[in-house]
Amino acid sequence: MSGFASIVRRDLHLALRQGMDSLMVVAFFVIAVVLFPFGVGPEPNTLARIAPGVIWVAALLSSLLSLERLFQADYEDGSLELLALQPIALEITVMAKVSVHWLTSGLPLLVTAPLLAVLMNLPEEGFRPLMIALLLGTPSLSLIGAIGAALILGSRRGGILLSLLVLPLYIPVLIFGVSAVDAAIGGFSDKPQLLILSGLLVAALALCPWAGATAVRQGLE
Amino acid sequence: MMFHRFANPTRFLRFAAVVQPWIAWITVILFSLGLYLGLVASPADYQQGETVRMMYVHVPSAWMALFCYTGLAAACAVALIWKHPLAELAAKATAPIGASFTFLALVTGSLWGKPMWGAWWVWDARLTSMLVLLFLYLGYMALNNAFDDPGRGAKSSSILALAGFVNVPIIKFSVDWWNTLHQPASVVKMGGPAIHGPILAPLLVMSVAFTTYYLWVLLIRIRREVTANKVRALQMRQATRGEQ
Repeated sequence: MSGFASIVRRDLHLALRQGMDSLMVVAFFVIAVVLFPFGVGPEPNTLARIAPGVIWVAALLSSLLSLERLFQADYEDGSLELLALQPIALEITVMAKVSVHWLTSGLPLLVTAPLLAVLMNLPEEGFRPLMIALLLGTPSLSLIGAIGAALILGSRRGGILLSLLVLPLYIPVLIFGVSAVDAAIGGFSDKPQLLILSGLLVAALALCPWAGATAVRQGLE
Repeated sequence: MMFHRFANPTRFLRFAAVVQPWIAWITVILFSLGLYLGLVASPADYQQGETVRMMYVHVPSAWMALFCYTGLAAACAVALIWKHPLAELAAKATAPIGASFTFLALVTGSLWGKPMWGAWWVWDARLTSMLVLLFLYLGYMALNNAFDDPGRGAKSSSILALAGFVNVPIIKFSVDWWNTLHQPASVVKMGGPAIHGPILAPLLVMSVAFTTYYLWVLLIRIRREVTANKVRALQMRQATRGEQ
């Protein structure tokens, strides 16, 4: 497990030294959400109605933005090959990178989300399910995205390609994330949706590191 | 050195050359029969009128969209596990055909939806998941073409195809899980089909015709891919010989 911890420490160090990356993700998240009141008008009821969906879609896109550099920087300077040559399984390396991606993009989104929910006039009973759904959903986004980020290594036009590959796979998380909040606002139980989100997370935890590692191996061949 | 890879495809090419005209004729005959039954011999629906004939194109193409993706995923699994070169080519050849069937299902569904539901498009579970399927096909094709080395593109896109396979059961059961506008499964279900015989017959004939059509186009496309690979191998050989 020490290999896992040292990769996490290394990548966190790199992310913190460069500093701006996490801030940019948060800034994009805020700006993307703030665009909507301009687009659909500042009417409070309309905003409250679309708030869960807008926050989730913006979270999805912000998470996608930071995905491209998940393996790309290490791939370009060759350190990814060294990481792959380590005596620990490549799956664990991928898992460590995904954890760092979540810590530097998912967690800041989670912290910012309540503020944006206030701006979007989200009803009070929607806050708790929104936070739980984001807590369960954003790690799934990082995990699923890791497959896409590994697949585009060494391809032409990587960034645009990445969104075409990953966004269709994000849709289940989006559906259940939004419907959990909508159910709570409508006075129903949000438990089924949150349970499905946890199920998606568990399945992603089991399958994505494996698929991601296979994709990284293809990229390094 | 490259040529040992095509030992098996060569045998396949010989097989394909024999089978292809047969499949072509079967497709033509089945299509003529299915269109005759569908457009002339079958009655109009008592509720939907003549628009029910849309079904003879819509339903088979939707089935084929799922069938092609299943075939694509299976070919990708074979390509990844056993590194079979022909499976890679079959997957690559299937993707555009499947994408076309998906597109056809969406377009005919939309044309059918306007008179029946009063809207070109509704965000219903099955329509949405079919749209996602189209994006999966497009993503597969884009990733397959995104690398300078075609072998690398084939491998990467195989992983993507397998990851996207989770969508297929969701599409199949979406109409049973969610209570939506699209009607639930009426042909393949417990207790026999819920469709009347004179309408069911052209539907089944058309489905078989769509399947043989797929096989026909698939054979043409695989032969084309094998030939393209041979040309590439010859060019590489010539280039390396030129350097010496």
